[in-house]
Amino acid sequence: MKQASFADAIESALAQAMADDPTIIILGEDVHIFRSNQFVRFGEQRVISTPISEGAFVGAAVSAAMAGLHPVVEVMLVDFVGVAMDALLNHAAKIEAFSGGRWKVPLVVRAACGGGYGDGGQHEQSLWGWLAHIPGLNVVVPSTPADAGGLMLAALEAENPVIYLEHKLLSDYWLDSLGAGGRKTVQYDVPQDGAHGYVPDDWVPIPLGSAAVRRAGSDLTMVSVGVSVHRCLEAASHLERNDIDAGVIDLRSVSPLDRETICEAVSKTRRLLVVDEDYQSFGLSGELAAIALEAGLSFDYRRVCTTGTIPYARQLEEHVLPNTGRIVEAALELTQTHPTPR
Amino acid sequence: MEIDIWTLYAQMLRSRLIEKAVQSLWEQGLISGEMHLGVGEEAIVAGVLAHVQEGDALALDHRGTPPLVMRGIDPSLLVQEFLGHPQGLCHGMGGHMHLFSPEYLIASSGIVGASAPAAVGFALANQLRRRGKVAIAFLGEGAMNQGMALEAINLAVVWQLPAIFVCKDDQWAITTPSANTTVANLAERARGFGMPAIQVDGSDVEAVWFAAREAFTRARQGGGPTFLHASCSHLEGHFLGYILLRLARKPSLQMLSNSWPLLKSLFYSKGAPFRQRLQALFIILNLINQTQAEHSAMSRSDPLVRARLKLLSEPPRLEDLENGVRQEINQIFESALNTSSFDKGG
Repeated sequence: MKQASFADAIESALAQAMADDPTIIILGEDVHIFRSNQFVRFGEQRVISTPISEGAFVGAAVSAAMAGLHPVVEVMLVDFVGVAMDALLNHAAKIEAFSGGRWKVPLVVRAACGGGYGDGGQHEQSLWGWLAHIPGLNVVVPSTPADAGGLMLAALEAENPVIYLEHKLLSDYWLDSLGAGGRKTVQYDVPQDGAHGYVPDDWVPIPLGSAAVRRAGSDLTMVSVGVSVHRCLEAASHLERNDIDAGVIDLRSVSPLDRETICEAVSKTRRLLVVDEDYQSFGLSGELAAIALEAGLSFDYRRVCTTGTIPYARQLEEHVLPNTGRIVEAALELTQTHPTPR
Repeated sequence: MEIDIWTLYAQMLRSRLIEKAVQSLWEQGLISGEMHLGVGEEAIVAGVLAHVQEGDALALDHRGTPPLVMRGIDPSLLVQEFLGHPQGLCHGMGGHMHLFSPEYLIASSGIVGASAPAAVGFALANQLRRRGKVAIAFLGEGAMNQGMALEAINLAVVWQLPAIFVCKDDQWAITTPSANTTVANLAERARGFGMPAIQVDGSDVEAVWFAAREAFTRARQGGGPTFLHASCSHLEGHFLGYILLRLARKPSLQMLSNSWPLLKSLFYSKGAPFRQRLQALFIILNLINQTQAEHSAMSRSDPLVRARLKLLSEPPRLEDLENGVRQEINQIFESALNTSSFDKGG
């Protein structure tokens, strides 16, 4: 075990995979700068900078994957995936089904996601629920360096498309590029346990669809993903002072979803609080309620999500994104409305 | 209409001083995220905006401040917006990349290339509802590799729309030189779509003004769209804190922290042959050197410096103009900062 930053963990896992598998290539805008270490180690032929043409190069990555390459294609920010959506929605996600299972698309789509640094609603979205809605796409969202590396390796071992989302508050180079820009005059609420942490000496894949129980709790179950996991853990410490024992589950992978871990926890606590930085309606938070209901569980439910377009102004943005205060409030509501659910 | 170099210079100076003050707010941390300035684009914007009338629409990219200022939007609304104040142009919801003014038919986008289809829609509405009125798209040359921009150009020609596509070409798509990403001369590319194209030195405001006049005349008379290809330099790089410029400006300090992992990448056991690795390293170093060289030469192509040279024959008038603009801008920022700090305190 050693310490690594979130960004370095992704890079080292990706480099480990690239060293072992010559079919892996990186392509995307400005990767000669954003992936400069891999650019030097693996050369121009495997780390390929593209024009700002997401429709073309994501589309090309899909067919390159069908023809023997394993691309890690980057669209910078997940918001920009809108430009390339057809390649993912109608092609990457459907080739396997259309070909009767005879043709796989081993593709990783890598993008930065998330808000909390004042960039506005076209650069700070999460969109994992929107992407996971499409059958045929896997979506992973790590929240710690160890998971970031392990999930990158799993994404590269998958036979089918995986959207790999790294939160900008966790990846220091993204936050520096789009937020601080070398300034010392701005502060961001970076979860320290997410931005730095212990990682294995050699990376092993973390299976897609396995959630992590970050904190066991008997009074309610918080389920979250990405940076919000850390907000939940912070909220759980606050709640502890009110004698509320809150558990926190980190999904790590939005699709496939670890139904078992979620349902097991909710069956014990009978209270589910979903904390999701993605949009509230028609998304992950509703899906989690649905799977618990389908499992026959009876439980009380609240959610803390992003409800509208993310505002530019920091003070407005902080209120719209799930923050610790909103989580504590929802948890108190959930536990106080029905003090003895059992 | 006659060209009025004094007014053009005043507009450019207002925009420049506002953006320099915005830069200072950003440096102080009063603006949190990205900040893309139009510093270096002023001659293009001034030369085009001088022809804009009521009813004309603007589709802007992520560098919206200069066009909004020159269109006559109260700059204090912009400053308040950047400070995230509820009294800002978009109540603090949009920020500098998402500036909107329904009154002036101005829409912005932070998505590269999106201004081109936006201008097509504005132009269609003008063609059907406001004859003689025009829609203008501002976009960078990097955006000319987006499918939506090329599709929009085709559509504008097919429908003979009153649109003007102003391509501000600084030869860089963020950190990637256009030479590596863009084939064919962009004016030729537009002509390939059957769109008349004018190439112009975008740091010469007079040249832009005359080129724009031709495009506006054609559009207003129902002669269809024009592609205006104007060169420029971004004096502050792609955005504030732009990594290549940071590396170019403080090579020793910044390079120390960046070079170790890069150097290690030369020697890992598995990877490309050593020659290819060295080649890749030199590509990065060359980009830093290129940025450094370009920026040290940029003051010569600064559109304000060039415009000012034409006004030196009347020093008192020039002094009056500059003092007047400075005073206006100072007052705007003073009152904007007072308002927002008062509100935050209260």
